[in-house]
Amino acid sequence: MLEKMKEKVVQTQLFKSVFRHGYPDNELNQAYVVFSNIFLHIHPVKVRRTALRMRYTFCLGGITLFLFIMLAVTGIWLMFYYTPYTGLAYKNIKDIQFVIFGGNLMRDLHRFAAHGMVLFVWLHMTRVFLTGAYKAPREFNWVVGVVLLVNTLILSWTGYLLPWDQLAYWAVTVGTKMASYTPFIGQNGPWGAQLGVNPTNDLMFMMIGGTVVGQNALIRFYVLHCVVLPLVVTVFLAVHFWRIRKDGFSGPL
Amino acid sequence: MENKAVREIFPRDAKKSYGLVELMKGASPIVRKEPEDTVYTWPNLIMIELICALLVTAALILLVQFEHAPLRSLADPSTTPNPMRAPWYFLGLQEILVYFDPWYAGVVLPGMIIVGLMIFPYVDTNPKGVGYYTYTERKFAVFNYSFGFALWWITIVIGTYLRGLDWQWYWPWSDKLAHMNPALVTLVPLHIVFVNLLHVSKDVAKGFCDVIFLGYFALGMLIPYMFMRKFYDSMGAGRYITFMIFFLSMMGVALKIVLRLLFNIKYIVVTPWINV
Ligand code: HEM
Repeated sequence: MLEKMKEKVVQTQLFKSVFRHGYPDNELNQAYVVFSNIFLHIHPVKVRRTALRMRYTFCLGGITLFLFIMLAVTGIWLMFYYTPYTGLAYKNIKDIQFVIFGGNLMRDLHRFAAHGMVLFVWLHMTRVFLTGAYKAPREFNWVVGVVLLVNTLILSWTGYLLPWDQLAYWAVTVGTKMASYTPFIGQNGPWGAQLGVNPTNDLMFMMIGGTVVGQNALIRFYVLHCVVLPLVVTVFLAVHFWRIRKDGFSGPL
Repeated sequence: MENKAVREIFPRDAKKSYGLVELMKGASPIVRKEPEDTVYTWPNLIMIELICALLVTAALILLVQFEHAPLRSLADPSTTPNPMRAPWYFLGLQEILVYFDPWYAGVVLPGMIIVGLMIFPYVDTNPKGVGYYTYTERKFAVFNYSFGFALWWITIVIGTYLRGLDWQWYWPWSDKLAHMNPALVTLVPLHIVFVNLLHVSKDVAKGFCDVIFLGYFALGMLIPYMFMRKFYDSMGAGRYITFMIFFLSMMGVALKIVLRLLFNIKYIVVTPWINV
């Protein structure tokens, strides 16, 4: 009965127009499903049987990617309720926590997926390191990976400011203060003052749009966190995956 | 199969009357490829990925039943929390601030970690150990990675569990609410140690310190070059110098932490511009 319905469905014009091939239960369609689908075509059509063993990658890169997708979904959900304005941000978070249906779940998921992504990107890097997968011809993909690692950290940290509570405010105040110690371009850094760098023209000023963390910093971090950095990560991920296919996978895949 | 269009991809060579054929198990012929032990990505790999995703989701949903995202009181520029902790993944760097000035701990060191990670594939010339886990075939590389990240994680643990009010050292059993007396520990630059020990003038002592500092890097560069020629030759001058700068800096950071914790040394070198 179900079989028959499935047969019917996959024969319809609608199904064919979307997938362009039948249900992947024979080898031809199993090949088609992978290379004619934009989301699946990052895979090779066939993989070696040994590649299915989990004890090589431990799925760590995949989990990192999945957490990133999860962050995008929960993050967009949170954006519907959040205003990057110092007078409202904190109240919005309170509303998300106590008033809005499912708000707590979404915020918690977003928070812990973020911690998870930082942890798993590191675990993934460690796996890549320990299996020597960064060696020629994959050197450059390792460099791309480091860019992803740094971006993951900055993403997490820019998001940290958004709740506008004490934790957020002081973590970012102390963090951006570090920028003022940058040699040459920080007001407190070595050779900074000598070069005429002061609190209103140094690196920290550029980062937070003022001399103290305030509204300008909030909007900057918001735009970076919700638009710029996710886009950067997405672009580098595209390069990352493209390169895995082009350079060849190191392991038994 | 509904795709009936048969295309001739490899036209038969008219001059040849034979083809190479092998019989093997499987539902489709493999053309121009050796027999291999492969399976289709769909459903084999796709299912694994799907299960992985579901497990991660389940684990997260389970976790947030017990643990919630924190929310403290409204941001208040006039009251600084004590101690002020960075997010855990930056706590290592925050802890390093105890041992180095901010221009190094907060700017130069993070930059060096990033660049150091990026150049790793370009200075590691050992071709062995690709595609499987091995320690014995690449001991030195694994040592470097582990040493660096041991530092990273140990400082995170210290920052998370062993630092309290005023970023002082608190054991788990110390009273977390009582301020430590900072006067109990006097930090001194290394040259003051020499002034007291050797009764030389400050300037002479500072000279000693400069020599020690530069000597560390110079000898560090020279010794492997002189006595481990194979290591040097495998890399070539450019790679060797690049690698050694990062290697010696990493070891230097560890050394400085030990000097500071055991002997209360604040600086090794003091100059009018920067102190290390
Ligand atoms: C947003 C972060 C990242 C994501 C989502 C990601 C994802 C992936 C995925 C799915 C793979 C396929 C194999 C596997 O699952 O292990 C992979 C491979 C790889 N990744 Fe990443 N990655 C990230 C960050 C990094 C970082 C930080 C590094 C290193 C510094 C790195 C270096 C590599 C290399 C060299 C490969 C090829 C491995 C091989 O051929 O065995 N990636 N990545």
